[in-house]
Amino acid sequence: MSVGEGGVKQRRIRRAVFARIPRAWLTPLAIIGLVVALAWIVVAFTASSFIPFSPTEQSLPRLQPPGGEALLGTDGLGRDVFSRLMAGAGVTIPLALLLVAVSTLVGVIVGAVAGFFGRWVDETLMRLTDLVMAFPTVILAMVIAASLGPSLFNAVIAGIVVSWPQYARVTRSLVLSLRTQNYVVAGRLLGYSPLRSLLRDILPNIAGPVLVLAALDIGTAILLLSGLSFLGLGAQPPTAEWGSMISEAMRNFDSWWIGVFPGLAILTVVMAFNFLGDSLRDILDPTSQTERESTGVTHAPAQASDGGER
Amino acid sequence: MTAAPVLSIRGLTVAFGTRKRPTPIVHGVDMDLLPGRVQGLAGESGSGKTVTAMSVLGLLPRTAQVGGSVRLGETELLGLGRRELNRVRGRRIAMVFQDPSASLHPQLTVGHQLTDHVRTHLKVSKAHARERAVELLERVHVPDPAEALGRYPHQFSGGQRQRIAIAIALACEPEVVLADEPTTALDVTVQAGILHLLRDLALERELAVLLVTHDLGVMSAIADDVAVMRHGEIVERGPREQIFTKPQHPYTRELLTALPESDFTDPGARGSLAGQGLLDPEVEE
Amino acid sequence: MRAPAKRRKPARSPLAGYLLRRLGTSILLLLGVTLVTFILTNLVPGDPIAAALGEGASQNPVTVAAYVERHGLDQPLPVQYLTYLTNLVQGDLGTSLTTGRPVTEDLATAIPASFEVAIWSIIVSLCVGTALGTIAAYRRGRVSDQVVRVVSLIGLSVPTFWMALVSFHVFFLQLRIAPGSGRLSPMLIPPPTVTGLYTIDALLAGDLEVFVDASAHLMLPVLVLSLFTIGLLTRFVRTAVLEVLSADYIRAARAKGLSGPRVVFDYVLRGASLPILTIVGVAFGALLSGTVLVEAVFAWPGLGTYAYDSATNLDLPGVMGVGLVVGVIYLVINFVVDLLYGVLDPRVRLG
Repeated sequence: MSVGEGGVKQRRIRRAVFARIPRAWLTPLAIIGLVVALAWIVVAFTASSFIPFSPTEQSLPRLQPPGGEALLGTDGLGRDVFSRLMAGAGVTIPLALLLVAVSTLVGVIVGAVAGFFGRWVDETLMRLTDLVMAFPTVILAMVIAASLGPSLFNAVIAGIVVSWPQYARVTRSLVLSLRTQNYVVAGRLLGYSPLRSLLRDILPNIAGPVLVLAALDIGTAILLLSGLSFLGLGAQPPTAEWGSMISEAMRNFDSWWIGVFPGLAILTVVMAFNFLGDSLRDILDPTSQTERESTGVTHAPAQASDGGER
Repeated sequence: MTAAPVLSIRGLTVAFGTRKRPTPIVHGVDMDLLPGRVQGLAGESGSGKTVTAMSVLGLLPRTAQVGGSVRLGETELLGLGRRELNRVRGRRIAMVFQDPSASLHPQLTVGHQLTDHVRTHLKVSKAHARERAVELLERVHVPDPAEALGRYPHQFSGGQRQRIAIAIALACEPEVVLADEPTTALDVTVQAGILHLLRDLALERELAVLLVTHDLGVMSAIADDVAVMRHGEIVERGPREQIFTKPQHPYTRELLTALPESDFTDPGARGSLAGQGLLDPEVEE
Repeated sequence: MRAPAKRRKPARSPLAGYLLRRLGTSILLLLGVTLVTFILTNLVPGDPIAAALGEGASQNPVTVAAYVERHGLDQPLPVQYLTYLTNLVQGDLGTSLTTGRPVTEDLATAIPASFEVAIWSIIVSLCVGTALGTIAAYRRGRVSDQVVRVVSLIGLSVPTFWMALVSFHVFFLQLRIAPGSGRLSPMLIPPPTVTGLYTIDALLAGDLEVFVDASAHLMLPVLVLSLFTIGLLTRFVRTAVLEVLSADYIRAARAKGLSGPRVVFDYVLRGASLPILTIVGVAFGALLSGTVLVEAVFAWPGLGTYAYDSATNLDLPGVMGVGLVVGVIYLVINFVVDLLYGVLDPRVRLG
């Protein structure tokens, strides 16, 4: 399964962007975010090579506090928490990156088609978007994951279904505003097919805001996947996943190390990506119009996606 | 004619940017505003004329470094503390901004915006403030003044909004009114009415009016004295007739040649707007 | 675009028209919501019949056939959907497979529980978030602004379910400050039901002891849930206020000599109220999501717990009921936000 590809692609894009950033934008926050995020990504892809124990083998004495043979302690089934923690990174992070990559792709396609071709295509697609956005995300993801059957794969599917609409909204409104630009019209007059016009003239200009949205979405995806696993609707035992580890901790309340470390891991990863995304936004999308667009619901009178409401 | 100036600006300097690398915008401006007279401040965009006006009331951003002296009667305004400055703003010096659809709050009624500063400055009752508001709206020719109080800015036309803004400026009976491009955002047909209103009010209430504008046609309509500003300095000043018929400085001449000749051949006439028959101040928008 | 005579009053109230259109869209969305929940729950790969009848009975073809007949499971899907809708309109959401009671009954007790947490969280988050966001906007670029930005980012990054666990562990088990799980201490009886919110109902009944106890039990869930929403609101309020601060009408208000606080409340916050309102609507959705994750930890008998139990037990009526209810609640919230838009913005109200 090409789980790693999404992550590699994101890394390449991130590096390309990084090369063009003037010194002044490298705030301490951005640097911390970048370093921590990269560190966790490295862990995610190399964990199996350095962890002392297998994440699933139940060979150690149970419920041992941190220190000694098990660096961060052992859980109720005698598994090494540290090893599970590192292995967990390899589960959640690549899947979160995949989730974001796919939802971005789907959302941008839907939004671009809606914005470019207009009229009934636009109406239908936007009503569909509104419909999905009519549910709070976690709950909808939960219902979907439950319907499809609890598994990590289905959790990712559920995550994609609830995440793509925000990209569609943003892309559509950007496309609508760019469509009337001179160079786009010129392209059409020169005989560009709609697809070519879209690819050459419009998409490069929406890359910035969309990238910012995606970067900020990675943290959300991680929270969603671990949340679903916490509820038992994502990763299934014995897979080492941070959310499931925390739910196991509920059964062994006194052994605080079982739940605290995975939570800290989630916190640091999400924080790192959020810092990164925030700094990225300052660089690529300073007007941050997109922040409002992506969360704007159908009722806001000023929102473009509402069609003929004004 | 030789009344004492109400507002005296001496050696005004304004710079933006950091203290180590400031970008100077205004260097050494002197100006006097006399009661009952309209002082024009003309120049292209970027000349520093708006910044000059803003600095009087301390409305520039915190990063601005302002030097020199701005005296209102006995009081030095630059460096005045926040509380004292707020007692001057709206009360002794008032301002009319360029775009009334932006300078009036869209979510507050006209009545609210006409009375809140009155109640703060003059400590009068709500009823009294509303009475004054109605009188002011009548004076500036806004129709149905009593009803207008309960309406919102978007329900009025552009010209009416600016009249409301003028009424707001007059509410506490100030000594000075700063008008920053008061007609630039309005239709040409409406501009004359606003300008004449300003001029009449100046005469009526012995107001000192500073009229900042890039439009020399507007200037020629009501300014008594004109100062021409360029790159942060005043390059020429004098009474209207002199500036428009015998300009000395090459820059002034440059500005004037940009205008159609018919505007200034008759110094006694009220400028270009008269020539186009657009000078009836009673025209309803 | 300007009408020559601005004094003519519009024939019909534009606000009513606007609200009617929004209502129409909401009803359509509502239908869509029912369709979505129906489709989703029919995707269930597991065998719901087996889940309903139990292992033994589901082996018996007669029992199975009777069950299928009674529930109309042999009908084509569109017919099933229509049956579902007709039942819905009559207030029948089916019977829960886990509790055996009508789903509507289950939901009637579960909804107020979650609502209570959500409402108090929104109130707290709104106050704190608006204050922090406004301060950060006013102090833009300075240290306090940076601190606020970082803190709000952290708030957005914390996994709610983990925070719930940690705070429960720290404040209840270790420090003994907070009360235990559930909505009330075991010895106390809930107040007579008026709204279903224990705090309000206790106040209405004049029962101070229950009020205090219920509030104490609310503290931790509200605290944990508010973290995320405060983070969200602070950032948006900051952006909204920054935009308003650069508006001409603020400068004009200052030029009138109005005091700082006056300008903030009358002019700035009023100007920012619309975008803030928008984000409050979204935040409420996030809160509803959050309750699902948090209720498990605090043994809170709300929608979240019900949803989770139904989902893991393949209780189709239960899951459909929850999905529907949540969708409806969200639609209602958005509609209320639209209403408030009309109240706050005279341009919407008066056209």
